[in-house]
Amino acid sequence: MLQDKIQDVFNEPGCATNQTKSAKDKKKGCTKSLKPGAAAGGCAYDGAMIVLQPIADAAHLVHGPIACLGNAWDNRGTKSSGSQLYRTGFTTDLSELDVINGGEKKLFRAIKEIVQQYDPPAVFVYQTCVPAMTGDDIGAVCKFASAKLGKPVIPVDAPGFVGSKNLGNKLAGETLLDHVIGTVEPDYTTPTDVCIIGEYNLAGELWLVKPLLDEIGIRLLSCISGDGRYNQVAQAHRARVTMMVCSQALVNVGRKMEERYGIPYFEGSFYGVSDMSDTLRTMTRMLVERGADSALIDRAEGVIAREESRVWRRLEPYKPRFEGKRVLLFTGGVKSWSMVSALEGAGLTILGTSTKKSTPQDKARITKMKGDEFHQWDDLKPREIYKMLAEDKADIMMSGGRSQFISLKAKVPWLDINQERHHAYAGYDGIVNLCEEIDKTLSNPIWRQVRLPAPWDPAPASSLLAAE
Amino acid sequence: MSHIQRFPNAAKAASTNPLKMSQPLGAALAYLGVDRCLPLFHGSQGCTAFGLVLLVRHFREAIPLQTTAMDQVSTILGGYENLEQALRTIVERNNPAMIGVATTGVTETKGEDMGGQYTLFRQRNPEMADTALVFANTPDFSGGFEDGFGKAVTAIVERLVEPSPATVKTQINVLAGGHLSPGDVEELRDVIESFGLSPIFLPDLSLSMGGRQPADFTATSLGGVTVDQIRSMGASVATLVVGEHMRIAGAALELKTDVPSHFFSRLTGLEASDKLIRVLAEISGRPVHPKLRRQRESLVDGMLDGHFFFSRKRIAVALEPDLLYAVTSFLADMGAKVVAAVSPTQTPVLEKLTATTVMVGDHSDVETLARDADLIVSNSHGRQGAARIGVPLHRMGLPMFDRLGAGLKVSVGYRGTRELMFEIGNLFLSREMDHDHHPAASHEGHEDRTGQDCGGGSCGCSAV
Repeated sequence: MLQDKIQDVFNEPGCATNQTKSAKDKKKGCTKSLKPGAAAGGCAYDGAMIVLQPIADAAHLVHGPIACLGNAWDNRGTKSSGSQLYRTGFTTDLSELDVINGGEKKLFRAIKEIVQQYDPPAVFVYQTCVPAMTGDDIGAVCKFASAKLGKPVIPVDAPGFVGSKNLGNKLAGETLLDHVIGTVEPDYTTPTDVCIIGEYNLAGELWLVKPLLDEIGIRLLSCISGDGRYNQVAQAHRARVTMMVCSQALVNVGRKMEERYGIPYFEGSFYGVSDMSDTLRTMTRMLVERGADSALIDRAEGVIAREESRVWRRLEPYKPRFEGKRVLLFTGGVKSWSMVSALEGAGLTILGTSTKKSTPQDKARITKMKGDEFHQWDDLKPREIYKMLAEDKADIMMSGGRSQFISLKAKVPWLDINQERHHAYAGYDGIVNLCEEIDKTLSNPIWRQVRLPAPWDPAPASSLLAAE
Repeated sequence: MSHIQRFPNAAKAASTNPLKMSQPLGAALAYLGVDRCLPLFHGSQGCTAFGLVLLVRHFREAIPLQTTAMDQVSTILGGYENLEQALRTIVERNNPAMIGVATTGVTETKGEDMGGQYTLFRQRNPEMADTALVFANTPDFSGGFEDGFGKAVTAIVERLVEPSPATVKTQINVLAGGHLSPGDVEELRDVIESFGLSPIFLPDLSLSMGGRQPADFTATSLGGVTVDQIRSMGASVATLVVGEHMRIAGAALELKTDVPSHFFSRLTGLEASDKLIRVLAEISGRPVHPKLRRQRESLVDGMLDGHFFFSRKRIAVALEPDLLYAVTSFLADMGAKVVAAVSPTQTPVLEKLTATTVMVGDHSDVETLARDADLIVSNSHGRQGAARIGVPLHRMGLPMFDRLGAGLKVSVGYRGTRELMFEIGNLFLSREMDHDHHPAASHEGHEDRTGQDCGGGSCGCSAV
């Protein structure tokens, strides 16, 4: 049952935050109780969609009224190198009659239509609040459809009201463990097969990393789920090593794959020069420990040495331009400390970062790196951020799209570093992209102009003459 | 007219690439046209998050929108406590002039009694009497964006407008439907003021969503019609009701205040604009401003120059019902042939449409119906299908997330009609010029280009 599942993911032994909690707090789970009238953020269904939708050749069918998909489809930056089916929005668009009579038959017909018309390798069916309330049993419908149509039809039981986006991520992970991973055998395996979990190929970021893996001789067997293919995800159990990119969200998948298939996992990051190198080193070391040719380590060191010297050379021109520039960094979880070291390497001064989604370990790591002076904000209100920016306490803010207007309305440069961004910042090339974007916006000539007083506002006498 | 196909059977179970948006979203936009307002969705937090992202992407503006954050337990046991807590929190933190509540699928499936909850909240919280409160029932599982917009405006009228013993001779109400952009509202203000009249727009998106630079951070809407202005609508000399989905609100207003109303099914097109000017001249008793006379002349001249490129062009249009009616009628006015008119929802206005096929459907239906069309007019979601069948797309409506200034497009009045005509006309014109240079890419190519990409804009298409 869904409740048991939720208790199960809340009890995750692989989660660092969870480890530090008392038994009573563990039972409460990691969903912070939301405050009506002062809440922000997506629901569990949103979170499940984030994890699974990048599986590009599968059909993603939302069982619910129009709001759940109609307001929300076609809005993510995850890229596919092949099938574009994941960008097609499918929904049962439940009407009043479906609410009264039940939507199970309509759901089955919808699955059938999609299979007949698009012939995808699998259909993911997302449960939402309204059919969860009326009691549509999507598990039973999917099982029936799967048998009838001869295709995997996978129920994603994460209706929005069960909790936050983060919980939805975890429930999507459970869905993969229960229904997908281990159901397909690869044609062949190699000692260097890896699985990357929690990388969504936003703006094509995976493609900045994958060529390096190819060069070292590491085969990306399965990515959950950026530029993903259903069959590759289903083969993930044959990987030799698993890398967790966004460990907070999908740690349950990594740990359970270790438990079930004996695949060791590690937590890594593609953001920042040193983190990227650490990731490559850890990955190759673990592969060699599991029997891969030790030459892998030498090749990795060769690539790291070349890429590092190249990236530092390319970052050099930015250093004088970034001198004294102060950054406000608002991003969740692992990315905080990963980004901090990357940006400081390029000569920027980081004033502080949000640690709302960070674990105590993350926070300790930042304190160790930066000292106590460095700001770690847990819950900064928009009004306070606006005030800091308006009072010229920072030169640029980097955050997710939701808070962009806090910065732009204060007429302070802003850069998108979250999921809707258009530029890829992962890997060695990514950090150069990031610095280029920062430099572009900092040096844009509009900032002086937009801060000028209007002709009808009193202007300093000197500037009036200077304009002549 | 026997060849006109009305409502072909769309008995699909899977809506594919939906055109429809939900009722609460429409309600939220209507509330955002009220000054210092904070819209609140009574539902799960995801309902708010998705709506918010869509509006942010369209307007490129901060969108105030809150949630009662219903979870499983409160959904089953009843949502009054969450609603009360949300309203109290919002008043304490943001002190808005008005809170506009819209229900969602979650609370409507449970069957929350919103009327009762309103009364209960007022009884229990007398200290918040200064904050205007408007509730609208907008389940996600019925109707669509324009219905929700209409319901919110109706709810505002019923809750706030008061009859007035006196009439202000120069004050006029405009119930501005959700198919009017902030730019359209601004244009109408300009036109109405040129007759010496002071319009009160309900809602007034031109003041809140037209691109604002606040002096301080604000968590409520910045600009829009004020609550006091809404209360004083009973003193107006007349009400202009724009759009079929404003009819109920218009009737409610007239019933409550006895202010006579004038209905406009559309304001795009020469004749439609003429009707508006005639009514305004009559109400104000003033001559038409020379500026408007010049604009009309310019539109007539533009129609003469432009009609060559519209004649018999085959166009598929997929938009919210009232905008669909305005655009298809305008295209017919210009001599184009509307081969398909696709609406997200079933509404009476569809009966008035002139098109070969009129249907309630989604973007995948447009993709099928527009295969041999010269142009698709739809929102940004139409770009994937348009690219697949190689037909250029002209973006209108909401959401329009891949264009700057989406909220400021003008398509009403003489000037707006002229702008729209030139924009669409230029697509056809550039295509004709282009085909002169590439004869091989002309007519034969038309027949079998289904399923192909249009090749990076050579057809004037910028769909990606």
